[in-house]
Order: sequence, then C-alpha cells, then structure tokens
Amino acid sequence: MTLRFGISALALLVASPALSQELNALVWCDHADPALVAPFEEKFGVKVNLKEYEGTAAGMAILDGSQPGEWDVLVIDAVDVGRAVEAGKLAPLPAEALPTADFFPELVMAENNTVGGVTYAVTEKFGYNTIAYDKTKVDPADMADMATLVSGKYDGRIAIYDYYLPVLGLVAMGQGIATADITAENLATLKEPLFALKKAAKQVADVVAAQTALATGEVDIMVGGGEWVTAVLAADNPNLDWTIPKQGCLRWAQSIGVVAGTTQPDLALEFVKYIVSPEGQAKLATSACYWGMPANAKTGDVLTPEQKAVLRWDEQAEFLGRAQLYPIPDAGLDAAMQDLWTEMLQQ
Amino acid sequence: MSLAARDRRLGWGLVAPALAWTAGFFVLPFAAMVGLSFARMEGRQIVPALDPGNYARVFTEWPLVKGLLNSLEITAVVTVLSVLLAYPLAAIIAFRVPERWQRLALVLAVLPFWTSYVVRSYAWLLVLGQNGVLNKALLGAGLIAEPLEIAATRVATVIGFVHFFVMLLTLTIYANLVQLSPNYARAARDLGAGPLQVFRFVILPLTLPGVVTGAFLTFVLCIGDYITPQILGGNNDLTLPQLILLQLGRSGNFPLASALSVVLMAVVSLAYLASARWLRLERA
Repeated sequence: MTLRFGISALALLVASPALSQELNALVWCDHADPALVAPFEEKFGVKVNLKEYEGTAAGMAILDGSQPGEWDVLVIDAVDVGRAVEAGKLAPLPAEALPTADFFPELVMAENNTVGGVTYAVTEKFGYNTIAYDKTKVDPADMADMATLVSGKYDGRIAIYDYYLPVLGLVAMGQGIATADITAENLATLKEPLFALKKAAKQVADVVAAQTALATGEVDIMVGGGEWVTAVLAADNPNLDWTIPKQGCLRWAQSIGVVAGTTQPDLALEFVKYIVSPEGQAKLATSACYWGMPANAKTGDVLTPEQKAVLRWDEQAEFLGRAQLYPIPDAGLDAAMQDLWTEMLQQ
Repeated sequence: MSLAARDRRLGWGLVAPALAWTAGFFVLPFAAMVGLSFARMEGRQIVPALDPGNYARVFTEWPLVKGLLNSLEITAVVTVLSVLLAYPLAAIIAFRVPERWQRLALVLAVLPFWTSYVVRSYAWLLVLGQNGVLNKALLGAGLIAEPLEIAATRVATVIGFVHFFVMLLTLTIYANLVQLSPNYARAARDLGAGPLQVFRFVILPLTLPGVVTGAFLTFVLCIGDYITPQILGGNNDLTLPQLILLQLGRSGNFPLASALSVVLMAVVSLAYLASARWLRLERA
C-alpha cells in the first residue's frame, strides 16, 4: 500500500508541470517584483527564474557564457535590440500574436524591434530621462531650462544619472544637437558642457543611489532622472517631481524578446504576451524597483487613478512629442562616448 | 621501491588534490585572463592577438592612471588608519578588559560584520549625509554652522572602509596580544624600561606579525572593493575595480578589463612580497 502510494506520488511529481517546468529570464530589476511573475506562474504552473543584469554589454556577456537553451526570455534596452539580433541572441516573434495595435504609436518602435521586416522584440515599458527635483528646495521655473543647472545656483545639489547614453543625449540637446546627430566629429563639443555639469554636481549616481540621494535631501536635482526615480518614492516623498526642460528630454524604452535557441519557445512567447498584456503591464509599470509608463495604452483601464496620476498618464501625448530617442552609436562612437564618460567621472 | 621514494610518492599524492584545485580554479583562469588582456577589440568583437595596447592604455590614459592612483591612495590611508585604531582597541580588550568579558567585547567589536556589506555602506550614507545623524548632532551641539560635506566624497569612502577593516584588524592583533606572556613585559620593566619602551621594544615587535597579516588582508580587500567607493564616494573618485566594472558592464571590453585586473593582481602580489619578506626578516 505504502509502495503503491509512493509510486503514484512519484508519477504525479514527474507529470506535474508545476514541478518540472521552469522558465529562465534575463531581466531588469523591475521584473523581479514577485507581484509581476506570480500570476503567470500560477496560470501556467511553471517557475520563472529571474536573473537581473545592468547594461547591454553585461547581458550579452551572460548569454555568451551560457549554454544554448539556458535562457528563454531577454529584457533589453529597446535601442539595443538590433545589436542583440546581430549577435544572434534573439529569436523571431510572431508579430500577429502581439498586441502592438493597442500600444502608444510611438512605442511600437518597429525601427528598433524589427530587423529586415522580422519582429524580434516588443516594447514593454518606457519613460523619460530628464530632470527630477525636489520642488520644495528648487524653483520649478529654473528647471525649465537646462542652462540653469550650470549657472552656479545649484552647485553641489545635483546628482547625475550614471548612464552615459541619456546624459550625453541631454547634454547634446542642450547644445542644440539632436541625439540622432551625435557623431564622432561633434562629440568633442559635448566635453566642455558635460564637464561643467560634473563640476556643478555632487555625485554621479546609479538608480538606487540617486533615489537615496533625493529621498534623504543629499541632492535636490537629478539630471537624467524622471518618473522612474520619483514615482516609486511618491508616497513617502510627495515633494519629488520631474519636468521636461525647454531643450527637450530623452525617452527610454525597454523591450522584451525570446532568446534564440530556447527549448521552450511557446512558453517563452506566452511570458512575453503576458508582460505586454494590460494586466502584466500594470504590474510592470508599478514595479517595486522602479515605475514607468506601460507601452500598451489599454493598461489605462487597469491602473488606478492614483497610479495614473503618479505616472502623469494624461500628459503623455505632450511628453512623447518633446522626447527624443537614445543615441544609437556604432561600436566606434560608443567606445568614444564611454571614454568621455570615464574621463568625466574622474574629474 | 625505497622508503624515501614511497614517501615522495605519498607526499605528491596528498598534495595532488590541492594542486589540481589551484591549477583548475586559479592558474588556468588567470592564464586565460592574461591571454585575454593581450587581445584587442574590433568593433564589439574580441579579436585574439598579442597586442600590448591595453597595458599601454592602463599606464598612459589619465582616467585609468588616476584610477590606479586613487586605489593606491585610498588603500594606503585606510590601512594605516585601520591599524592605528585597531591596535589600541585590541590592546584594551586583551589587557584591560577582564578575561571573562573579553569574548563579549570581541563579539561587540565584530558585530557590524554580521550585517550586509551593502546595507552597512548605505547606513553610513545616512550617518554622513547632509541631513544625516552626524551633521544633525554637530549642528545641534552648535559645533558647526553649516552641514559638513562628507557623503559622496573620498572621506566618506575612507570612513566606510576603516569601520569595516578595524574589526578585521582587531581580531588579528588581539590574537597576537593574548598569546604574549606577561613575563616579557615584566622582565623589561625589571630591567628599567618605562611603559613606552616596553611597548616599543617588546610588545610591538612581538605583535608585528599579527599587524602585518591584518594590514595585508586590509590592503587586499580594500584595493579590490568597488561597492564602498561606489556608494559612499558618489562615483567621484573612480578606483581600479570600478574601472574594471565599467569595462565589463558597459563597454564589454573584456581585454581592457583583463589588463586592469592583471595590474590589480600585480599590485596585490607586490604588497604580498613586501609583507612576506618583512615577516621573514623579523622572524630571523
């Protein structure tokens, strides 16, 4: 009797997808919120293993060092999808299975998510790299012009977001250069304004350090910040706000795709579909790590009015019109930009 | 087979697992890293080569040279300050605290070890910040008129490091001090030595192995750390490990990261050689 029960239990254990199937996803920290993946795990009876990474180069290195089939899903900077496709890291997606018709039109980003007419990724979340600040300590009118940041008025009260692409993009826009027009030739003209910004800044901070600095009053302004810095702190720090200066801002966007060589493409696709569904989008938009706007406009039906207010949902049409995309440098320009950034950090 | 030959074979047999472990997990990866440091980047591709260009960059490009200098300066200051603070603390625990309380005193001294390194660094940020505990206390006491700018500076990095390494050094120095027979000091005093002379000519030389061991560990751990400078230093004084991380995470420039790592290993090896040679001299 005991033996028969044991064999039955073993058979159930082997047959149960809940205990045998796992999905491995290489993601950004916002996907690590248990509230996001739990509904998917429950619905499909699988375990989703998440590994966080920062920086496309780091993500590519992880994939390079992995066995084929080890990873199923990849979250990546939307502007780097082409780079991942070129490196053979992403599998084609069936475009008809994705709800891109419901997306904010600017966020379909076909020029980034498709290569040669084939869809390899889909935008999942976006926001702005602009100027975040404490409105009780800073004159909001000053934040309407990037030039104020280096006027001396706010010296030592500024943090710079530690990511060269958006900040160099902002500096370029401050010089009247569109992000798409940054070249190896005009990069040198960004050195002086970038170094001037560093001189006025107290620190160069990653996401957590920036949030801490703003929340504790260590700095009052964050260049490169936006709703992704302030929204998650909104409940405890209602004084934190962000704005788009007259020079404009950058729009960040992250995409999700299926890793080439996955052994479970159907399940991986289901995960992608869940993430870009209004339910998944609402949870991703309000993730514990950082908030951001969902790419799927139908998420507005799922988010609460309070959440939409924090995300400034109703102002998106104007914001999208004033935002430029990240620079997409080739390898040579990318290296030159990073060298300039390293030089700035050592000033 | 002779007895000596059998002993030799047995000796090699016993050492073999350790040798295999060291070869597999240190020598081979290190050789691969050295090999990679001579490769070069073509676009975003790593191309195998015998190109010393990465080393040339490490020693000629100012941001990289400054990273090395920053690492050496911070590590030297941290090591010296940690020894200066840990020695008296260890001596107080060893000689002034009653024996039955010494264990508790040691536990209290190393208690901060039990918290996460990252959490401890962020906690220091809250202490040293403009609106932090320290500035509030000093402002409240009327000792300063304006908050001190400590967070996001090199001073904050040094404070965070010293707090951590004082604990480590206290343990190594205490271990040496408690092994000292009190008869050495008594004999010196009987021969007319004053307290300062007893310390300088008897206690200090006998405890130097513990000090040097702790100082070397401090040097190695400090020069290889990137979390503390990143969190407390405000990313303003990039150290060598931070530069390595930039190359790995951002650029994907593994050859340059490898060259920087080899230089870091060379610095640590020099520190080891210096301390090992010094220890041998003392023992002789």
